[in-house]
Amino acid sequence: MMWYFLMSDAFTFGAFLISYGSIRFATNGWPDPNEVFRAFPGMGDAHMPLVFVSLMTFILIMSSVTMVLAVASGHQNNQKAVTKWMILTIIGGIAFLSCQAWEWTHLHGEGAWWGRNPFLNADGTKATTNFTNFFFTITGFHGFHVFSGVLINIIMLIKNIRGDFAKRGHYLMIEKAGLYWHFVDLVWVFVFTCFYLL
Amino acid sequence: MENIQATAGSHHHEPEFSTKPIWRTFWILLIITLIELVLAFVHLYTHFPPKLMLNGLYLILTCTKAFYIIAEFMHLRHEIKNLIMTIALPALIFVWFIIAFLWDGGSFKDLRNTYDRHHLEQSKTPAPKPVEEHEPANKPGSPE
Repeated sequence: MMWYFLMSDAFTFGAFLISYGSIRFATNGWPDPNEVFRAFPGMGDAHMPLVFVSLMTFILIMSSVTMVLAVASGHQNNQKAVTKWMILTIIGGIAFLSCQAWEWTHLHGEGAWWGRNPFLNADGTKATTNFTNFFFTITGFHGFHVFSGVLINIIMLIKNIRGDFAKRGHYLMIEKAGLYWHFVDLVWVFVFTCFYLL
Repeated sequence: MENIQATAGSHHHEPEFSTKPIWRTFWILLIITLIELVLAFVHLYTHFPPKLMLNGLYLILTCTKAFYIIAEFMHLRHEIKNLIMTIALPALIFVWFIIAFLWDGGSFKDLRNTYDRHHLEQSKTPAPKPVEEHEPANKPGSPE
């Protein structure tokens, strides 16, 4: 069942990204992502395109790995190891959310928000607000998924510490939470490509 | 099949879930991301791979990453074939959907540029020098 839920969620994200793509194809100019996303915390005005978002990608992939390791420990009925890996996964999720919060704050400080786009097109012409609208909507929707994923993981961690899964004899719930968590990572792979690379 | 008695009450997955392929997948994902980064920087400084080719490369690399996440992390590769097909077929149809919509967007742009001269000229005039006018007019957080 989880798979079909994830598929419907994938269609939601897919529809968002498609509308972003077709609007972008239908617009004459578009801001250069290397100019817009170039800041790094604590580095002032340094020109570091892509570095921060790569760090975010790394954090999310890393937390995906710890999640698989939690599932693997669940297969070995190792309650202690599941707790350890779940805690690391939750830390990764929170780290990602903090990075995103910083990035949003930074962009908002530069004057970008829904309906406001201070960035110019790559060729110096005025850009549409669709750029910021789509960016904030889609990364916001994804960030909300990460947030709910962290909540689900915390619930699973609490249930695991209480020994619910050990009593039940299997860790299927951890596996389902893991599926959701990997899906969030999967969506980020596409968001990363569509907004920061292309 | 033979371990059904051994792990009575366990579900249908194979119990052996070794951590080796997980780390292998992690390295693959990390290396692909690094390749994307390197390509982006090479393009930034030398403009060598033309943007169109670069975008194609990005898409291929992204789909590779997606494949590894779904197949290994989400374990779909090890599920029964019917489940794989019910997931994979709609996803494939979705690819067609994407192509159709992007094509539509591109054609809308061409038509508009051909028949709406005003729009074309407007999108070619450089923007005026940025004046700090959004600060008094809009409070941060207010829409528009």
